[in-house]
Amino acid sequence: MTIQKRTIGLAIYFALLLLPIYWMLNMSLRTNADILGSFALYPHDPTLTNYIKIFTDESWYSGYINSIIYVTINTVISLFTALPAAYAFSRYRFIGDKHMFFWLLTNRMAPAAVFLLPFFQLYSTFGLIDTHIAVALAHCLFNVPLAVWILEGFMSGVPREIDETAYLDGYSFPRFFITVFLPLIRAGVGVTAFFCFMFSWVELLFARTLTVTNAKPIAATMTRTVSATGLDWGLLAAAGILTIVPGALVIWFVRNHLAKGFALGRV
Amino acid sequence: MEKWENNRAWFLVLPVFVVVAFSAIIPLMTVVNYSVQDIFGPGQRVFVGAEWFKEVLADYRLHDALWRQFLFSGLVLLIEIPLGILIALAMPKRGWGVSASLVTLALPLLIPWNVIGTIWIVFTRPDIGLFGAVVNGLGIAFDHTARPLDAWVTLMLMEVWHWTPLVALLAYAGLRAIPEAYYQAAKIDGASAWATFRYIQLPKMRGVLTIAILLRFMDSFLIYAEPFVLTGGGPGNSTTFLSIYLVKVAVGQFDLGPAAAFSLIYFLIILLFSWLFYQALQNVGTGEKR
Repeated sequence: MTIQKRTIGLAIYFALLLLPIYWMLNMSLRTNADILGSFALYPHDPTLTNYIKIFTDESWYSGYINSIIYVTINTVISLFTALPAAYAFSRYRFIGDKHMFFWLLTNRMAPAAVFLLPFFQLYSTFGLIDTHIAVALAHCLFNVPLAVWILEGFMSGVPREIDETAYLDGYSFPRFFITVFLPLIRAGVGVTAFFCFMFSWVELLFARTLTVTNAKPIAATMTRTVSATGLDWGLLAAAGILTIVPGALVIWFVRNHLAKGFALGRV
Repeated sequence: MEKWENNRAWFLVLPVFVVVAFSAIIPLMTVVNYSVQDIFGPGQRVFVGAEWFKEVLADYRLHDALWRQFLFSGLVLLIEIPLGILIALAMPKRGWGVSASLVTLALPLLIPWNVIGTIWIVFTRPDIGLFGAVVNGLGIAFDHTARPLDAWVTLMLMEVWHWTPLVALLAYAGLRAIPEAYYQAAKIDGASAWATFRYIQLPKMRGVLTIAILLRFMDSFLIYAEPFVLTGGGPGNSTTFLSIYLVKVAVGQFDLGPAAAFSLIYFLIILLFSWLFYQALQNVGTGEKR
């Protein structure tokens, strides 16, 4: 009886969770005139006009491509730098280790709004403005610390006897790390990649400031839907729905890792 | 278990240090530099010492924004943490339901922040939005663009909708890490559901809840894009949070000096509270162990 009540509660919560997203989907399948003309719980006359417009207009779809490129670069950089560092934090004691760990975390706490101008100046100096790598590097500021934090948790869950045995067997550190240790924390790497992808994908302020046109993210492109006749709600809704798709694909691939991986690590 | 002592471990941390320092240290120094100077234009600047800090600390609009921010972050933590734990407790433990729940939960987290604001504008509009239409249909006059309370309710709904899944995901991870033997032992002792939660599940979730509380505190304290899109800080100044006010000063009035001093103070507040939360949660844990 109690289990049923729980399940019903959970079902209601999920229904409420999906409602705003459903509403967006509903509107994306209608034309702007239809949306403003009548209130409808579902599209009576569904049309793909909005989606076709996005997929055929380069200024629209290039936003998605740009976002995917810099998010991927960011996830790769974050993982490759965070893996050895997380290993060091989970296995060794060294001068300034605790301070270093807390300093990394403090980088998540800086108010982005005022760091925008110094960021712009710094990246201009290096000639990186309007490149994908600039956004990827800027996002490392908050993703690398998080990656180190999560990976350290997963690595501490692996008994240290495994390292000791491998070193006694004559493994060098890089060989041990790649052939023995990485497979053990595979799930943790998946979960970390998911979080890096997510936080880089949803961030707007840095991405918008550091780009002009060549690397402009989709979230910034979406501010264009205001025209002389007012907002095109249908187009805006379609663009919004499409921003969920890449993330949904990523979760689909790591879903088993999310479940199992979280269970293995102490996070 | 003691960790091995080895200072060469620094070489492993070095890549992280380089990548983060590149984006962290130089901009931070620039901000410190701005905060003690009056800048008229390129090459024209005067050292003013702590003048901007005094000005910012005496600004009553900043005080208002700060209290609003504390109220907002406090409400966020009070609602999202218990709700997230409840959801995690109710989630299925095996079968197809696990994947389905995890994927559904993660959906709101993957939407860009300004799009979140857009979704809720659409959703709460009285003419074209489901929420706005239903609430008005029930005879309640609801308008988040005109009444401060309605604006707050809408923002809280959006915030809870957006971020509770993160707490639930982390709490679920913590719950899954508890070995089955603990539950069997509790069953043999005839422990009630509440006792099981209080003495087994809650202490075991300490690590993930520390992450959840810290992340939710930091991110809600820095919230910008969602309220900016949804309410623009209004009606009046009723939803002008710290970062919205900060951008008004920095970009709107282009007062770099005060804005820089402001952001350093802002940064220190977050740092202080994160540290306090971190210490408190660590101590709660050691108390339980004894």
